[in-house]
Amino acid sequence: MNEFVFLYRGGQAGRSPEQAQQMMQKWMAWFKELAENGHVKDRGQPLERAGKLVNGKRKIVTDGPFAEAKDLVGGYTLILAKDLDEAAELSKGCPILEVDGQVEVRPVMKLNM
Amino acid sequence: MELSEHLFRHEAGRMVATLTRIFGVHNLALAEDVVQEAFCRALEVWKFRGVPENPSAWLMTTAKNRALDVLRRERTARTFAPELTRQLESEWTLAPTVEVEFAAAAIKDDALRMMFSCCNPLLSEEAQVALILHILCGFSVDEIASAFVGSHAAVEKRIVRSKKVLAGSKKLFDISGAEDFARRLPAVQRALYLLFNEGYHGASPEKAVRVELCQEAKRLTSLLLKNALGATPSTYALAALISLNAARLPARLDTSGNLTSLADQDRSQFDQALAQEGLRLLERSATGPELTDYHVEAAIAWVHTSAERTEDTDWAMIISLYDKLMALRPSPIVALNRAIAIAQREGPQRGLEEIQAIQDSERLAKYPFYHAALGELEIGSGHLEDAREHFVVALKLARNPMERSFFEQRITLCK
Repeated sequence: MNEFVFLYRGGQAGRSPEQAQQMMQKWMAWFKELAENGHVKDRGQPLERAGKLVNGKRKIVTDGPFAEAKDLVGGYTLILAKDLDEAAELSKGCPILEVDGQVEVRPVMKLNM
Repeated sequence: MELSEHLFRHEAGRMVATLTRIFGVHNLALAEDVVQEAFCRALEVWKFRGVPENPSAWLMTTAKNRALDVLRRERTARTFAPELTRQLESEWTLAPTVEVEFAAAAIKDDALRMMFSCCNPLLSEEAQVALILHILCGFSVDEIASAFVGSHAAVEKRIVRSKKVLAGSKKLFDISGAEDFARRLPAVQRALYLLFNEGYHGASPEKAVRVELCQEAKRLTSLLLKNALGATPSTYALAALISLNAARLPARLDTSGNLTSLADQDRSQFDQALAQEGLRLLERSATGPELTDYHVEAAIAWVHTSAERTEDTDWAMIISLYDKLMALRPSPIVALNRAIAIAQREGPQRGLEEIQAIQDSERLAKYPFYHAALGELEIGSGHLEDAREHFVVALKLARNPMERSFFEQRITLCK
């Protein structure tokens, strides 16, 4: 099994409490299925929207990133899959896709020594 | 940890009520924003870490912390609840005051206070019901529009307008004064009654929506019963009528969601626990001299629920109860139901006579079940051709696919 990172970007919260709850339940069901099939290495963490950017040799610290909401990474998960194709296939079940969100699937680099 | 059904909706109502108490009713929109943020945060965190042990407490704490931020940030720019102004100004008293307002007992009162505030006499009854659904039950405009068969635009306009009236009322309704409480109570009961009726008889094609409306009416009525001033005989009667009718709800629609006529209802599907609860509430309502229309309607529901088969129904009792109801709250619909009961006891011909004698019957002209009742009685009298005509009219007036297919079946039967 190889390791992959799912980066979740964008996605809108439900407009009503009922929609928000349904979204929540979909995420739980999706993670449960992934875990049952042995694909979850680490469920990961949510990330706060606001942070700092540190830039250049002069180490200038600014508030940010102020990317558009749809480009902001909201959290990540570590996934186990056979190959990149399988990992991408697994990401198709992510509920964020139903609400204009995006999953970025990136293989964790392997060191062949 | 699984989320209980409609947890977010119910918590939304509780949080808005409590936040409005602290922010002041004029800051209703701000309270709604804070609630929205609390849900966004819950969604983001719970996705990864799982649902916490006590999700309600988690949401409340998140709302409380956001409220503290808002109060600190905006206390120079905004005025908050007038009766709390002084405590919120000083950093020494700010957090303890907010803490007290978020205590369990206070939150319960907040919901009741909001319920009474929504039943503002400046608003129509329909607007009051919509406002209760939106603020206290956490339904979005779209969800309310689907329950009331209104267009999204019309429902949104009504809610926006009602919120303005509420936000303009300076203060939330004070539920501690016995006199004011008693004066506003009938309007609150009426709104809950209408909310239940919308679920029970309403036109929404969706079965789930209707059951939810009935459940909300039941939940809010039991909240009213928990308050010493709210637990009057008439509130008990209202709670009884809700439980007794709700007990029959599973049988009103068949397995494919189609309407069933009274005679065809499968009584084994009645919810016996609800029926028993209704009976207990009905007994508790019988203290004191007050006899309200809720008492009478609850009694009618009990007679229906307690009959083992349709033909065992005590129609004489039902007719006399409808006579009482006509005296208390006359309406063409009550008169129609009375006529149907008379037909059950004295034959379809007598029923038709009674229907013809209804005053203001033109107000029933657009009600599909008025024509359907005429159709049923004509079938009973053997006049299939006349019956068919009535059902054709009913079909034209049908408000949803369930009603449509029900009338279509009746038309086929008349051939």
